[in-house]
Amino acid sequence: MDKIKIGIPRALFYYYYIDIWRPFFEELNCEIVESPETNKQILDYGIKYSNDEMCFAFKIYIGHIFYLLDKCDYLLIPRIDNYGIKNQTCTNFLSVYDIINNIFNKPTLNYNIDLRKRKNELKGFMKIGKALNKSKRNIKRAYKIAKIKYHKKLKKEILINYSKLSSSKIKVLIVSYPYNIYDNYLGMPIIKCLEKYNVDMIYADKFDASVTRKLAKKLSKNLYWKFSKELIGAIKLIEGQINGIIFISSFPCGPDSLVNELVMRKIKVPHLNLIIDDVEALIGIETRIESFIDILKQNE
Amino acid sequence: MNDRVIAFPHMGNYDIPIKYLLKKMVKAEIMTSPPITTRTIKLGTKYSPEFICMPFKYTLGTLIESLEKGANILVQVGGGCRYGYYSELQEQILKDLGYDFIFINLVTNGKSDIKKIYHSIKQVEPKFNLFNIIKSLYYFFITAKMVKYMDLIDDYIRKNMGFEVEKNSFFNLKKQMLDDFSKVKTFIGLRICYQKYKRLFKKIKINKPKDCLKVGIIGELYTLMEPCANYYLEKEIASYGIEIKRYTNVHYLLFEKKKKAPQLIKYACEYIKYKMGADAADNIGRTKYLCEHNYDGIIHLKSSFCTPEIGAMPIINKICKQYNVPILFLSMDSNTSEVGIKTRLEAFYDMLKMKKGNKK
Repeated sequence: MDKIKIGIPRALFYYYYIDIWRPFFEELNCEIVESPETNKQILDYGIKYSNDEMCFAFKIYIGHIFYLLDKCDYLLIPRIDNYGIKNQTCTNFLSVYDIINNIFNKPTLNYNIDLRKRKNELKGFMKIGKALNKSKRNIKRAYKIAKIKYHKKLKKEILINYSKLSSSKIKVLIVSYPYNIYDNYLGMPIIKCLEKYNVDMIYADKFDASVTRKLAKKLSKNLYWKFSKELIGAIKLIEGQINGIIFISSFPCGPDSLVNELVMRKIKVPHLNLIIDDVEALIGIETRIESFIDILKQNE
Repeated sequence: MNDRVIAFPHMGNYDIPIKYLLKKMVKAEIMTSPPITTRTIKLGTKYSPEFICMPFKYTLGTLIESLEKGANILVQVGGGCRYGYYSELQEQILKDLGYDFIFINLVTNGKSDIKKIYHSIKQVEPKFNLFNIIKSLYYFFITAKMVKYMDLIDDYIRKNMGFEVEKNSFFNLKKQMLDDFSKVKTFIGLRICYQKYKRLFKKIKINKPKDCLKVGIIGELYTLMEPCANYYLEKEIASYGIEIKRYTNVHYLLFEKKKKAPQLIKYACEYIKYKMGADAADNIGRTKYLCEHNYDGIIHLKSSFCTPEIGAMPIINKICKQYNVPILFLSMDSNTSEVGIKTRLEAFYDMLKMKKGNKK
């Protein structure tokens, strides 16, 4: 019998959870079909099938899903509501399941994380496993192994991130959600551009989340978005050891519009705010990065 | 302590009950916040972040104008989406502008912290004691009832406003009613007042045909409830002789939503399974309800960049297509010109009329 094919779009949740998903489904003996890096075709699909005011990252997500439609048996679409009180996610993360189900007609694997209603990750993965007709014991074992592998990889990434702090080059903290930074169309052009200038990049999302989440309180008391909290906390954590900060947000990101504005008013480190839309000309952004790096070099 | 002046951004007519409650609770002077003008919107837009939704701009503008007029205590509330985070940024922006004030936030992230509210009241009124608490609780319930009555009357007005024989008769009577409401002292007084005006409203002569056009209005809460934000859209629609139905009002948001929101999701279960933030899921449920109950058209209002509503739009669109009910999506921003919206409404009205005519 053929293995069940599970389609995972390379956008939004992918960058947070792929290290759990991949080992989990491998343990359960399923085949994973990942969409390729974002390209022009995927972006065009995304723009065609999404609402014109949706955030750019979400448009890309829809494009990836369209790409996967005829290449897999199930689509994996989680819904992440909150990780407890004051740890909300953006409303796009809440509505993604319902939106996709209405736009496309394709069987989905879905789990819901809503700790306020006591729906945690393990319960979600059990639900997925059941939908795939696997035994309870197998699912639990797969989940445990996946979790261990995930933490191992995360620790490694955090260590690499920390090791960059001791370098003698100019250090820039990149504050953005992983689905922005690592996306081929959104953040990668900026990262590549920065690499040209011989700058060390430290990623705000690659720090210990439990530490950064607590530190976020020092910058904003009432903030209740989990992922924003983790980014902001990273700023507070290494504020003294970096030369500059670059904010990247996709247009029009809801949380970013408020949080970045507030943080930029409060911090004293030189910073640059880049907003990315589906405009293909990157020269404007390159000029801004160049002058920003010049300022940082002068400051030194 | 008369040098303390409280101000708050307004939304529709709800400044009257809020003012009533605050007056009974604290001795400080309460300011009627200046009406929204072009200057308010310009000020708000100037100091707001780039792609923030419109309520932020409007309320920030109002707050700046009331600070200019001498207010020094500001009250702001927040809702479920990013509305809940407004107050912190607004406080920072106003402080950077150099104003000196106390900022009180009643609701964060859709939940209000009673302890926090108590402390902030204590800040304004140091002599706040147990007697005052009981007193203000009593007045809080009166205010809640007042809001309910206001919304009931508003429902009636919306249904019949377009068919009044004498122009502005509804509008004038409502003004009188709100004046009287702000003078009541007890529950019984409020009830008598309400019943009196209910009778008066029913007496207003209307000329309503039996098969008039019916339109439901759904969407984001601030744009729906603040007439300045939607350029008096309801009045405009009513002037074409259309009956209007709108569900979102303060009474619904404060007291009914908790119970009704899950029911609405269940009702629209073939389209949605989970809540989608703010009022998005409710709006989807209501769309289905309106479609099934023979409404001629639906108007969806939102401020631009309202993330929950943007998520709901494709689903609402799908429902309307299935039931073959026309829908008009309007996205309001601080610089949308009134004329553009009027033209679109007119065209929508013509289309509804033609569609109804074809059915016969």
